[in-house]
Amino acid sequence: MRKILVLFAHPKYEHSDANQTLINSIRNLENVQIRDLYELYPDFNINIQEEQEALFEHEVIIWQHPLYWYSCPPLLKQWIDLVLEYGWAYGPGGIFLKNKYVFNAITSGGAKDVYSSEGRNRYSMEEFLRPFEQTAYLCNMRYLPYFQLGGTHRISDSELQGVAGVYRNLILDLRDSEEITYPYIQKS
Amino acid sequence: MESFFAQSIIYIVAAIICVLITKRLGMSSILGYLFAGVLIGPYLLKFITNESEGQDIMHGTEFGVVMMLFLIGLELEPKNLWKMKDLILNVGLSQVLLTALVLFGLSIGLGVSWNVSLAVALSMALSSTAIVLQSLKEKNQLDSKEGKMSFGVLLMQDIAVIPILAILPLLAIVPSMPTADHANFLSDFPSWVQTLLIFGAIGVVILLGRYAFGPLLHLVVKTRLRELFVAAALLIVTGIAFLMEIVGLSPALGTFLAGVILANSPYKHALETDLEPFKGLLLGLFFMAVGATINFDLIGADPIKVISLTLGVMAFKALVLFGIGYFKKLNTKENLNFAIGLAQVSEFSFVTYSFAFQLEIFTKETTDLLMAVTALSMALSPVLMLLFEKVLFSRLGKAEDKKELVADPITTKNKVILLGFGNFGSTVGRFLRANGVESTILDSDPDRIENLRKMGFKVYFGDGTRVDLLESAGAEDAKILISAIDSTEHSKRIVKICQEHFPNLEVLLRARNRFDAYELMELGIKNIYREHLDTSIRMGVDALTKLGYRAYTVNRLAHQFREYDEKALQVLVNYRADKKEYISKVKKEIEIQEALLGGELSKKFSLNDHAWDSDQMKDQSK
Repeated sequence: MRKILVLFAHPKYEHSDANQTLINSIRNLENVQIRDLYELYPDFNINIQEEQEALFEHEVIIWQHPLYWYSCPPLLKQWIDLVLEYGWAYGPGGIFLKNKYVFNAITSGGAKDVYSSEGRNRYSMEEFLRPFEQTAYLCNMRYLPYFQLGGTHRISDSELQGVAGVYRNLILDLRDSEEITYPYIQKS
Repeated sequence: MESFFAQSIIYIVAAIICVLITKRLGMSSILGYLFAGVLIGPYLLKFITNESEGQDIMHGTEFGVVMMLFLIGLELEPKNLWKMKDLILNVGLSQVLLTALVLFGLSIGLGVSWNVSLAVALSMALSSTAIVLQSLKEKNQLDSKEGKMSFGVLLMQDIAVIPILAILPLLAIVPSMPTADHANFLSDFPSWVQTLLIFGAIGVVILLGRYAFGPLLHLVVKTRLRELFVAAALLIVTGIAFLMEIVGLSPALGTFLAGVILANSPYKHALETDLEPFKGLLLGLFFMAVGATINFDLIGADPIKVISLTLGVMAFKALVLFGIGYFKKLNTKENLNFAIGLAQVSEFSFVTYSFAFQLEIFTKETTDLLMAVTALSMALSPVLMLLFEKVLFSRLGKAEDKKELVADPITTKNKVILLGFGNFGSTVGRFLRANGVESTILDSDPDRIENLRKMGFKVYFGDGTRVDLLESAGAEDAKILISAIDSTEHSKRIVKICQEHFPNLEVLLRARNRFDAYELMELGIKNIYREHLDTSIRMGVDALTKLGYRAYTVNRLAHQFREYDEKALQVLVNYRADKKEYISKVKKEIEIQEALLGGELSKKFSLNDHAWDSDQMKDQSK
């Protein structure tokens, strides 16, 4: 059974039905720890050591966040800046994240199809997520395909529940399967 | 009868034994008092030799009901009264009118003359405020849907007492002079003067409540003599009761009115706390007197008549109530609770019976019979409730418990209790209020209370070190208690009270300094706020920024420093315990300061942190 760490960042969680539904669907699962970053660090003063210890203990890391201006909320970026230290996560001696799995779980107001060369956002989600992919790459991690809950502005309750179920099953699968068979990107 | 002491001892012993037993059996305390009354009454132990003696006690202790209504009034701010208007007017009025109508018809049907029927029907439409509220309180159901409806009904009934007492004299076929104990100096005046004087008296109560009681209590509080405050509280209640009696109005209603007016007063909780024991004792005695007046000779002579009358009245009352509850969409369980709860006849009815007797509407026999029926219905009420709870509710409960109650926020208490509203407390209170969180505020400086009240804050008098006062401020239901008072002695008392009586209440304490914080930490309190810590660090931040440090960096350093200081506190509190008593406080202070400073020098804040810092990388690439 793999241990899974969900690093969750939403500056106004109490107003986000989408993220509440996703989080509720995976709450209280065995071996799944959720770290609500905005609740832990309302003043952006991230406890680096604690965060590194949490990373060290888990095999699968999920950055769960809404997509704001084609990127993550600022606290998650702050987290990346502070926690993925030179000499710990990358660079000489930076071996502590090696072979851990990581991916983005995103909620977006726009539907999935607007993220394409034909859609109004002109680029695909993979392209917007390149910085995360490359961050994982530099840290020698295994970057898995992203998970997206799109069109949150006008999603129905039942659709939302459906996607949350898919998310839960994905996490259970990552936790329980003998071997992770999803394709991933890793520095060779 | 023997001496006063001997008599008191008999009453008290009987009350304690019976109430203990009924409480042990999980029944209402009212039942205990009633049994105690029966026990020492004329038919068993004969400590009270006849019913009229019991009635004398009852009249004497009716004052407990008066106090109870004053206290209920205190709980009801005028605006909450307004919010309950639907409950009072629709539910309450329809209960009084429908019940009176049904009982009137029934009585006529039994061949009783119309004026007696009307007097009986009006009297019996009322339910016992004392019994219903007491048992709702004991079962913690005052905030439930049916609890609120019951309260609305009772309130309407309390109001209905005025017109009922006004109607009764009109029913007297032989106009008669009221007998001695109901004589008032108004009787000699023509009726329009009487009416005028009655309205005048109500006006006087409102004016006194608005403008006189506040300043009086304010003056009394300044003496800091608690017994004087109790005396003043008693004076208010007795004074109004007396005034009402002079003009022939119900003292209970007068004090209720005064209570409502004083509900906005800062002394609300203090008044409640001080009058509560008087009310409780008097009510207890009152219930005992009710028990003692049950005429067992009468019941024994014709048990079927008395018992069937009692059950009949209760059944019809419950039926009307059930219909109203059904109309108001109560579920079966709530509705049964509502209907059975209010099915007994009121203690007010004793007043109306004796009044009607004096007016010669009722004969002695009728009055005795009605009294027996009423007392029996009051005694049966807790028994029936118990029966239905144990038998019916447990069965119905399984099916219907799942439905969530959607309660109106009428009597919802605040989640936060704030002690002390000086500079510190008021800032906390303002911040909470700015975010829509109202707190119940207690302060012990009468002048400050007055000023803050003028500014629209709801501040009550008290320092929070009395359990009963905290209780009436809502400590049972609140989530958080904030003490913004800087005395450690005070904070320690608060902590002890909360740990003992309100273990669910989370306590947040202001502490003057490190040493006060240690003392509080030793009591097991986690949320301690040293009053200078954040401000002085913020000052240091500004100083460093003015010296040219980058603001964000200083901000992060300040955060680290604060965290370090809080952690050091946790460590040093143990260090303190070793040397207790031996070292003078001054020496200890120096030692601890040295330990702190030493720690700061060895912990190099800035070096520990290499975020956004490429020096290390540059070194490596050389």
